[in-house]
Amino acid sequence: MCAYKRQAIRRYFLLNLYVAGLIASEIGRYSFLAHFGFSSKQYQYFYFYSDAVLTIFLYFALSTLYSHVFSELHAEKYVKMGTVLLLLGTCLFTYSVVMQSSAKLVTHFVVELSQNLYFVGLVLTYVLWAAILKLRETRLRLVQIVLSLGIYFSLLAANYAIRNLYPPLSQFSVPLVQVFSTFLPLAWAYAFWRLPEDARLAPARLAVIPR
Amino acid sequence: MMAALILVLSVAALLQFFISYCRSLIAASSKQPLSAEVQDVTGIKTAATGEQFARVVQLLQLCPDRPEDRNGIQAVGAYFNLLGFLRATLARVVPSMLAWTEAERGQCAYFAAVTLDRRIAFSRDMFAQQMES
Repeated sequence: MCAYKRQAIRRYFLLNLYVAGLIASEIGRYSFLAHFGFSSKQYQYFYFYSDAVLTIFLYFALSTLYSHVFSELHAEKYVKMGTVLLLLGTCLFTYSVVMQSSAKLVTHFVVELSQNLYFVGLVLTYVLWAAILKLRETRLRLVQIVLSLGIYFSLLAANYAIRNLYPPLSQFSVPLVQVFSTFLPLAWAYAFWRLPEDARLAPARLAVIPR
Repeated sequence: MMAALILVLSVAALLQFFISYCRSLIAASSKQPLSAEVQDVTGIKTAATGEQFARVVQLLQLCPDRPEDRNGIQAVGAYFNLLGFLRATLARVVPSMLAWTEAERGQCAYFAAVTLDRRIAFSRDMFAQQMES
């Protein structure tokens, strides 16, 4: 709604598509939860499969942010190619890991793919953030969108890592992810609603170590 | 081993993204002038100090909440606490950090004052709309 009101739907199309997908999946999850219960197979299947689809959406949304940052270098073609290749690489890696250890191949693959994509997303966002600092990017809205995405990916990657390290904590993981999921739409709503497209920022204000 | 490495990297990245995100939120509001009313109520004219943050947040809680501001003020509140922690620990060892944390805490207070200004304007608009209808 905020993006629509600020006429930013087309400019950040994949980001908006991701938020639309998130809303649809939350409605679906609620419906499965209400019908089958939290510990049912149906809810868990729907949860993890929709999570994988959303992660792929978010991964492509991240690639459009790369296109925005590198727009002046006309690197869109390379960004698209790199995105697809990295996604295929992550899928192959996940498949090779899952194949050795699982009977429920597809389901295990879907869950593992989400986890791996969160970490790949985190690394890519970090690289993008470094590029923003290096290129002295000043577009405040774009900067806030990238940073909020970085926070989201870090939270999810850390959450999955804790889950792998301490399996008994898994029961807290799913509700925690739901809490994290609210952060991204709120942060983006703030960025679209509060910050005009032409708002600028001194890059030195962003570095953690003051310059 | 791999999961532990991912955890360490994720937490380090989270900290860096979080600090930069808060700084970008603060920077966006640092050039906005405060209304005369908010200046009177908070005592902040052009620059704020860290000590004024708690009072401004108390005033914020008296105003009707706005969902789009909630996220920002919570993030900056957490950043303010993180700065307080740094001030109490690391800044004792590295004296140059003391001035930096104090300046950042002041910026947090100014951000809260700008948010207060927005909430007051929002409440006034709502009141005016109710009076009209």
